[in-house]
Amino acid sequence: MSEPAITPEIVAEHGLSPDEYDRVLSIMGRAPNITELGIFSVMWSEHCSYKSSKKWLKTLPTKAPWVICGPGENAGVVDIGDGQAAIFKMESHNHPSFIEPYQGAATGVGGILRDVFTMGARPVANLNALRFGAPDHPKTRHLVAGVVAGIGGYGNCVGVPTVGGEVEFHPSYNGNILVNAMTIGIADTDKIFYSEASGVGNPVVYVGSKTGRDGIHGATMASAEFSEDSEEKRPTVQVGDPFTEKLLIEACLELMATDAIVAIQDMGAAGLTSSSFEMASKGGLGVEIDLDRVPVRETGMTPYEIMLSESQERMLMVLEPGKEDVAKAVFDKWELDFSIIGRLTDTGRMVLTMGGKTVADLPIDPLAQAAPEYDRPWTPGKKLPEIAAAEVPERPWGEALLTLVGGPQGSSRRWVWEQYDHMVMGDTVGRPGGDAALVRIHGTKKGLAATSDVTPRYVVADAHQGGRQAVAEAWRNLTAVGATPLAITDNMNFGNPERPAIMGQFVEAIKGMGEACIALDFPVVSGNVSLYNETNGEAILPTPTIGAIGLMPDVEQSVGIGFAAPGQALLLIGPEGSWLGQSWYLAQVANRAEGAPPPVDLAAERRNGDFVRGLIRVGKVSACHDLSDGGLLVAVAEMAMASGIGADVSAQGPHLHAALFGEDQGRYVLAADEAEAAGILAAAAAAGVPARRLGTTGGDALSVNGKDAVKVADLTAAHQGWFPAFMG
Amino acid sequence: MKSAVIVFPGSNCDRDAAVAITRVTGHAPRMIWHRDADLPDLDLIVVPGGFSYGDYLRSGAMAAHSPIMAAVKAKADKGVRVLGICNGFQVLTEAGLLPGALMRNQSLSFICRDVLLRVETSNSDFTSGYNAGQVVRIPVAHHDGCFFADEATLDRLEDEDRVAFRYCDAQGNPADAANPNGSRRNIAGILNPGRNVLGMMPHPERLADPLLGGTDGAPMFRALAAALS
Repeated sequence: MSEPAITPEIVAEHGLSPDEYDRVLSIMGRAPNITELGIFSVMWSEHCSYKSSKKWLKTLPTKAPWVICGPGENAGVVDIGDGQAAIFKMESHNHPSFIEPYQGAATGVGGILRDVFTMGARPVANLNALRFGAPDHPKTRHLVAGVVAGIGGYGNCVGVPTVGGEVEFHPSYNGNILVNAMTIGIADTDKIFYSEASGVGNPVVYVGSKTGRDGIHGATMASAEFSEDSEEKRPTVQVGDPFTEKLLIEACLELMATDAIVAIQDMGAAGLTSSSFEMASKGGLGVEIDLDRVPVRETGMTPYEIMLSESQERMLMVLEPGKEDVAKAVFDKWELDFSIIGRLTDTGRMVLTMGGKTVADLPIDPLAQAAPEYDRPWTPGKKLPEIAAAEVPERPWGEALLTLVGGPQGSSRRWVWEQYDHMVMGDTVGRPGGDAALVRIHGTKKGLAATSDVTPRYVVADAHQGGRQAVAEAWRNLTAVGATPLAITDNMNFGNPERPAIMGQFVEAIKGMGEACIALDFPVVSGNVSLYNETNGEAILPTPTIGAIGLMPDVEQSVGIGFAAPGQALLLIGPEGSWLGQSWYLAQVANRAEGAPPPVDLAAERRNGDFVRGLIRVGKVSACHDLSDGGLLVAVAEMAMASGIGADVSAQGPHLHAALFGEDQGRYVLAADEAEAAGILAAAAAAGVPARRLGTTGGDALSVNGKDAVKVADLTAAHQGWFPAFMG
Repeated sequence: MKSAVIVFPGSNCDRDAAVAITRVTGHAPRMIWHRDADLPDLDLIVVPGGFSYGDYLRSGAMAAHSPIMAAVKAKADKGVRVLGICNGFQVLTEAGLLPGALMRNQSLSFICRDVLLRVETSNSDFTSGYNAGQVVRIPVAHHDGCFFADEATLDRLEDEDRVAFRYCDAQGNPADAANPNGSRRNIAGILNPGRNVLGMMPHPERLADPLLGGTDGAPMFRALAAALS
């Protein structure tokens, strides 16, 4: 085996700047070998080090009395009472999904599942937020089909229900789709596992699948340089094996029920390198690994390949001394590889051996401490003018409504979620298609509500307001089913941070998100940053996806969006519609993607939402829907389509289109028994919450001010028709 | 009723089946690991849904050759009731306990949704809680649910009253549009000649709790418990 010399080209291929390489030299006190260089490269990569984003992420609120563990671990942990915790995180798998949509999306699901069960939680729900290019772009259908099949193929097989998410189309994603996957798990609060290694001499154990050459980090260089017989280049996209993942979940949870595990960490990005490094680093220890003991799938693998492989379905554990046999028996039962590959030391160094020789030896703390952190220059976004409703031409509302609910953005996503098993595990109380999914906590009457939200067209127009809105909408969606919002995970998808305008989007979005988190008591407990989402210098819309969970004390109290019966009173909570800037109406009916997005009044958001949740909890509401994309009339239409029951609504104001389709924030439509309506309005007045009688449910059509009825069946045909027709 | 749920590596509806049976009948089934070669004294064996051994070969093909399936066959031969749901149905056809095969859905996509079924016969311990001709709503969740058998086999299944369920519309018609996967003659579930083995693609265990949106699956477990207690 001949080791390649470290040339400036090889350093550059590993994504290290000359300045960063100087730091490597000073830490090592000598030139690194190729394996060591590879380890530096991945540990200091944007993905592992958060070097461009750390400064700003630190400003987000992460604490609340119910937060058990915030960012920094594999996933965030919140207390849900009765000795249980919800553990959750969202993570992107954007680039792999564009290259190979099925495996890219599938392994995205696998990775986020491992982040959650590595902490001791049984995964109970998956969500995903997908963003594709324009529907008429030649690659879009292929990508939609592959990503959806991949998410389903993985989640369905592991037997975790996929209960919610989003699908959006925009030309900015033509060359860079977004696949953000989220998993929620449940653990006992006294059985949460962390990655901090402890106990000098404790065994370091590798379990799961074998290590292959798949997924080795982009700049793998010609493998021919590594060995005499030139290996073919392997694709850098990993291949998922959901069956092994299912076994790994069961085996890990079985072992976690004993007291054998000291620390555990999944092998995600940068595989064995980052998992072993992070465990030792957090514990202030060193680690020795014998690479000959790593289970491998192929012969002749080099230390570089073993350390940087991103083969899936693998975990690294530190065991209590003497528990090796207990642990091995569990993994034997599940027919998974189990190998003691090393031990913890007090040297503070990572020492790798192979064939009896030391192949890498580097200091852990200095490498972690010296990880670059940048304060990238940024410029604030330009404020866009407010669009006056009077400037926007009006079309008949029925025609506009059919365009919106039957178009690429507003149509039903049933075609997507019917390919996901959303019922397995037998606790899905709120299926896809509502404001938030609702999963009962097994064996109890409690439930977790979950949603994923962001409105990228608002963020690009005003990242500050857009950041606030993304958090507020997630909070609102949880509230609309009756849940108490608990915490969020943020998946920050942006372009190249080295461009000040893009960095400005990131900074302003974070500021807006932080304000909303504080105002709504909705801390960030986990997250992921995906930068450099650009193709040919064209950045995606800034997309800070917010995954959020809330607690429902009794799932029987929750409500859906469908009208329960004819003859129910409809109430509007929150202000009248007025804001058409950046609205669906403006973009899809008037063909203008313009103006400032709607501002978010966080105090009003909180007040209105708390009021609505209170009503739901005492059983005064029979259906509830938040107002977001498309405004009031789209929301009412969705409620009608979900039930097959029509409604008449009254609309006020000088501009009917703004009243019906304005996207003003902090609003809800409620349905309630006629007998409750007056009481609700009186309570709203007392609470200072704007509210009015909106109309009444009934019939088979939707009408406004008693006129121009549109059949619910026609709305449904348009709403259900678009996606299947698009996909053929 | 003494019941058991078989657990293969990759089973993922084993717990759901156990929960539904316990909820409806009050009897908690035993969970039997696939490597066990013996079965205790039992009245009902459930072969649950999931992806046994990953289903990387034909669905159910690996599980059909696991040690436990020989024991299940022996029990079935003695008249013990065997219920195969989804992947369990696939396993039972692969193991030769039921005729036909489950092929990839006609759409080629995984499909998860509530479907309507017409109960074709109430003449079995599985279906005696329903009336023949009754329309029930039960979810499907599968990639390989297209039931196929040759014409002679299909005729025999019909002649012997061994079709348990058919996909149908709200009026009970086995219409093409109501067939989610392209199954021959809209067949969703079948019985063996002894009527003690039922395989079905839909998941009765998923709608046996009103909070989950329906209870049309519950009569199956209730009827089994009544017949076997």
